[in-house]
Amino acid sequence: MRTRNVVMFAAILVLTAIVVYISLPADLGVHVGPIQWDFAIRQGLDLQGGLQVLLEADLPPGEELEPGSLGVAAQIIESRVNALGVVEPLVQTQGDRRIIVELPGVEDPDQAIATIKETGLLEFIDAGDRFLQPGSIVQTTYPHYWSEGARTHTVEPGSITGTLPISPTGPVIDDEVFATILAGSHLKNAAVQRDQQTNEFMIAFELNDEGTKYFADYTAKNVGKYASIVLDKEVISSPVVKSAIPDGQGVIQGDFTLEEAQKLVVQLRYGALPVPLRVETTRTVGPTLGQDSVRRSIRAGTVGLIIVLLFMLIYYRLPGLMADLALILYGLLNLAVYKAGWPILLIISLFMILSYFIDRKDAWPLLLGGLLLLGTFGLATAGFTGVTLTLPAITGFILSTGMAVDANILVFERMKEEIRAGKKVSAAIEAGFSRAWPSIRDSNISTLITCGILFFFGSTFGAGAVRGFAVTLALGVILNIFTAITVTRTLMRLMYDWLGEKLDPKGFLLGA
Amino acid sequence: MFNIVEKRQWYFLFSALIIIPGIVAMVYSTVNYGSPVRLGIDFTGGTLMELHFDQTVQPADVRRVLAEQGFPGSTVQTTADEQTILIRAKPMTPEEKGDVMAALEDEFGAMEELRFESVGPAIGAEVTRAATWAVLTAAFLIIAYIVLAFRKVPNAFRYGVCAVIAMIHDLLVAVGLFSIACLALGWEADALFLTAILTVVGFSVQDTIVVFDRIRENIPKRRGEPYETIVNRSLLETIHRSLATQLNAIFVLIALLLFGGATMKQFVAVLLVGLLSGTYSSIFNAVPLLVVWETKKLSGSPKPKEAAA
Repeated sequence: MRTRNVVMFAAILVLTAIVVYISLPADLGVHVGPIQWDFAIRQGLDLQGGLQVLLEADLPPGEELEPGSLGVAAQIIESRVNALGVVEPLVQTQGDRRIIVELPGVEDPDQAIATIKETGLLEFIDAGDRFLQPGSIVQTTYPHYWSEGARTHTVEPGSITGTLPISPTGPVIDDEVFATILAGSHLKNAAVQRDQQTNEFMIAFELNDEGTKYFADYTAKNVGKYASIVLDKEVISSPVVKSAIPDGQGVIQGDFTLEEAQKLVVQLRYGALPVPLRVETTRTVGPTLGQDSVRRSIRAGTVGLIIVLLFMLIYYRLPGLMADLALILYGLLNLAVYKAGWPILLIISLFMILSYFIDRKDAWPLLLGGLLLLGTFGLATAGFTGVTLTLPAITGFILSTGMAVDANILVFERMKEEIRAGKKVSAAIEAGFSRAWPSIRDSNISTLITCGILFFFGSTFGAGAVRGFAVTLALGVILNIFTAITVTRTLMRLMYDWLGEKLDPKGFLLGA
Repeated sequence: MFNIVEKRQWYFLFSALIIIPGIVAMVYSTVNYGSPVRLGIDFTGGTLMELHFDQTVQPADVRRVLAEQGFPGSTVQTTADEQTILIRAKPMTPEEKGDVMAALEDEFGAMEELRFESVGPAIGAEVTRAATWAVLTAAFLIIAYIVLAFRKVPNAFRYGVCAVIAMIHDLLVAVGLFSIACLALGWEADALFLTAILTVVGFSVQDTIVVFDRIRENIPKRRGEPYETIVNRSLLETIHRSLATQLNAIFVLIALLLFGGATMKQFVAVLLVGLLSGTYSSIFNAVPLLVVWETKKLSGSPKPKEAAA
């Protein structure tokens, strides 16, 4: 009896140490050998300020998009967004006509929207004998063309700044400015072709009149040189001019796979964005409002928590104190899951399964632990590494701390009844937990049903805020079952071991 | 034993006193504005912007500037102080927004953009559709859950119906009072409003189930006792829990209402009202209704038999 409780208590202390470590504001992380694990609170747009834009394909309703074109558009937007220097931007396609862009902490939302929407600049540049690796970032003479006298020239290294992406995918060429031969506007058409002999994929393109003239001029004098194709100053392909092209009809050869060739064709045809996009919905939050909200929410949460702790202590006395300790652990556990995600849930599910084998009284910790373990695997595969905190999410958490004591209240009320009915204290404690279980289970299931529906509803775009609330409330319910039952029960038993039958069933401490 | 169920007609009357004005407001609002509560831009599409100016501004002047920029009929109100204004208008493209901001800056000087939301009408329609589905699914799942939970009790159907009536009661209280607030204070329903309503529904049923659970447990234990007495006993046995639990949730919500951020106030207010109503309805509506159904009497019997405790 005693050993069992001490083992459980030690396990709880270890768990507490882990979650306290993770909850520390310093975010120390775990760096042991191959394990590199960092965690931090992620603030949503409404807290740190920022911009959320929903772009929709600007095509007549019924008209189908080319397969893959939305994905390409999203990639291009992502590279532009990177150039804005935003930390942790999010660019995602949603359904088959929409792209969501979230830019936390962006300072000039209007400028950001303009950057996202611009059509992007496609250029053929004169690279001379220099092979430019795809992904390289270059500077060009645009809007001055080679045929108008612009020439590729060297410059002082380091003089290229301004439009550089923060994390370029390739090397930055900062010692040369390349002459623009053609721009995307000169291109009439492009298509994938297959070489009859070599079976290689290549791209056939056709230029307009001005483009034909410019290209004829250039190719006549530059056979054997590289004419790189550049999108938004990033090299996407570096073909060699094999012969003069006087009629504006050419092919680009390279070791293309079919996919690469198709992607390049899309980029050639539509400039940067393969689909015209319009801004359907914008949400921006200034940093002042967000920070103010964070401060207020923390204050409200603290006040609420203190009142709940006091209430439990005053109304339920000694058991109340145990519930308070469990509630504090509950708060830390939530915080740890927000910061670190599924590993914490894994620990808890294993803990519950373990507690069944130590205890062997009720079957439900095994059942719940098993379910949670399955759920954790699901979440881990889905990449659940934490919760992004938004105002509704924080509200959900604060509300859940208020509800979290419900399970303990059910138990304590049962316990008091058993004591009044003449049971011994130890028996009353056990009976309280066992007999309150059906009510705890039922009431939590109905909250989980609600959370499920809210999550489903929150997955539609305009209601994104709802999802945060549903997630934190549901997490609260799950963690609460663990702290209110497994943890509180262990603490209560330990207390009984310690005080024994000295505890007066009718005395002040139990408040029966 | 203190008899709660006995005075049931008064509880029903009290509920009616709260619900009827709400229903009147909902009907009035539907007739005049087309929906029981005023719908925000999440549902209708439109623009919501909050600006803080360096000087005090008159809403009427802002309204005039907006009309000149092609947004006549916009709503403008001051929020925290005379320098902060909240504008509601039809959807704005980024270009239109640029023009509006420039015009406002010309007229009133420097300002800070606190928030800007513009929702296209198509998105609004989509959210409305999703919201309708959410409400219908919630109602269906919760009724299914109650049927499941009470399948072994005699007259399971009654428990289900009474729990659902209590749930509708809470819905009417929350939506009705919100409708009044829309008319009187200019509140608007957004996606979070729906969240609050769905949460209230979940909690309402939860409370009712705890009391019903106890009745279910007490019926076989107390054969021979009149139904009314068993029900009353179950109520008294669970009332501590109901009150203690709700009190904690209510403390937390009041703290949020008093100290929390302004943007969440309406959300928290709906949750608070719904929770209060949920506690009330499970104790004073759902359970007495069971007794009414059993005894076919709306008011309590003058002297229920006292059982030896």
